[in-house]
Amino acid sequence: MKLSKGSQFGLVIVALMTLVAILAETIAPYDPMQVVLKDSLQGPNYKHLMGTDLLGRDILSRIIFGARASFLIGVIATSISLLIGIMVGSVSGYYGGWVDSLVMRLTDIFSAFPYFLMAIIIMTFFEPSMISVFLVLGIVGWTNYARLVRGQVILVKVSSYVEAARSIGAKDGRIILYHVFPNILSPLIVYTTMNIAGVILAEAGLSFLGLGVQPPTPSWGIMLSEGKDFIFNAPWLIFWPGAALLFSVIGYNLLGYGLRDRLDPRSKQGGESNGSRLVNSCQRS
Amino acid sequence: MIRFIIWRILQCVPVGLGISMLTFIMLSLAPGDPVTLMLGQHVSPQIMNNVRQELGLDLPFFSRYLHYIWNILHGDLGRSYIQHQEVTTMLLDKIPITFNLTLVAMTFAITAGVLIGVLSAVKQRSPWDTFATGFTLLGISVPSFWLGMILQLIFGVILRILPVSGSGGEGFHLQYYILPGFTLGFASMAMYAGLTRSGMLEVLREDYIRTARAKGLSKPVVVFKHGLKNALIPVTTHAGMDFASLMGGTVLTEMIFSLPGIGTMLINAVSRRDYPVVQGVTLFLALVFVLVNLVVDILYAVLDPRIRYD
Repeated sequence: MKLSKGSQFGLVIVALMTLVAILAETIAPYDPMQVVLKDSLQGPNYKHLMGTDLLGRDILSRIIFGARASFLIGVIATSISLLIGIMVGSVSGYYGGWVDSLVMRLTDIFSAFPYFLMAIIIMTFFEPSMISVFLVLGIVGWTNYARLVRGQVILVKVSSYVEAARSIGAKDGRIILYHVFPNILSPLIVYTTMNIAGVILAEAGLSFLGLGVQPPTPSWGIMLSEGKDFIFNAPWLIFWPGAALLFSVIGYNLLGYGLRDRLDPRSKQGGESNGSRLVNSCQRS
Repeated sequence: MIRFIIWRILQCVPVGLGISMLTFIMLSLAPGDPVTLMLGQHVSPQIMNNVRQELGLDLPFFSRYLHYIWNILHGDLGRSYIQHQEVTTMLLDKIPITFNLTLVAMTFAITAGVLIGVLSAVKQRSPWDTFATGFTLLGISVPSFWLGMILQLIFGVILRILPVSGSGGEGFHLQYYILPGFTLGFASMAMYAGLTRSGMLEVLREDYIRTARAKGLSKPVVVFKHGLKNALIPVTTHAGMDFASLMGGTVLTEMIFSLPGIGTMLINAVSRRDYPVVQGVTLFLALVFVLVNLVVDILYAVLDPRIRYD
């Protein structure tokens, strides 16, 4: 499978971010939580390539550990949405009837809100922490998956191979798992890749507002929020975490575009596929 | 047509009821006793009971829900636990700021987005097109709050040409809304550019475009008068929903630029656990979404009659 140049670049970014997240302890030059007050608010220099924050903590090290928080939340929250979405969407699409109507009205109600806003509102009921961010972003994101899966299932279930499977006596569960599911994988992969970008942005936004990961845990959103009072005299405090965030989100988006063009030839004309439209709408924050 | 509209309006009723049910359950699930939150710990049980009865909190779940719906229909969204003000009054106070911000963001997003989209479609596969595509990618990837801070730094501190926070007091002061509007509208601009580009590419291949060119009309006339008019249909229908989602997405932008709108009100309420305010804002925004959706669907049916047969 050959990806376009842009998407290869995206793949490299995603791979790099994943490596940084996994190897954080090995590559970070300092302990990201180590407070050295005499080094407070240093600009980028030899000792601290990206400078230091108010408490003298090394920004590069915090960025590296922040990649871990973003990566974990991106992957775990997306998996939760994916799991709920697949279950609800396939049942709804496969059985149709009142189950379908009920589920679709429910997704209507959930989708009456932009993703990020919904996450903020639900965070009211959780103590802000990394675990609650996993849960909340996971719960909020399922509706788009459910719709996507439902639509694909409806298309697939009338196909002749599903009919063939049914005619030799295969049970519903088996048909969904072995016949319907493999055929809806590609749009799901595309959407999931782009969804991770949206989740990373949402996590940063929540942490920025003080509703997500809590200090002193290094997270890009928290670093931005801590830096916002110093943007006039120490702009590097907000520059680096923002750039890291932008860089990784671009990586996931580029990879998603490439996979979409590869796996869904209809979208190659430059038109927007269902997946990307959903992602665009969920990234508004 | 009338039948479609009536049917479409009726469809909103279950969604509206569902939303009100959800916001109601949300408040019931909220930890802590509402009366204690409202009056504080040091009030006699007698007074607490009186207030509880007055607010109908001693009634069974379903009666409380009916009570809640009844109040909503009368424009009563309850009282803030913290500011002891009517939620409706607070909302009415904040709506204009969020509305203005959204309007500025939309104006900017559509104008710039459509222009970029048209140019990149007309000059397809040119360096400009590549640049525009990159710009679009940047638009959907950049964290809005980071963009906001960078703009504050550039325009407020280095160039000192625009105010970086506040709304400038009573009334509408455009200069206070330029940076926030740009920040909020940036992602939408990218979306409009993409929509316009693909719409234009499709339209420019049509026969009537070739006819127009063949009869000797100049390129700009063909592109803007014959092409753009048709390519804009998806943009117009998208704009409605976008307005609603921008209005709900102002939280971060309002925070960065210290604009006292609905978003700031929501965040303050969320972090102080002021449940009635969270509930009121949620309900208000949800109803905006449902209404806008309704209007867009009806408009769409008027513009494109085929939709009614779906």
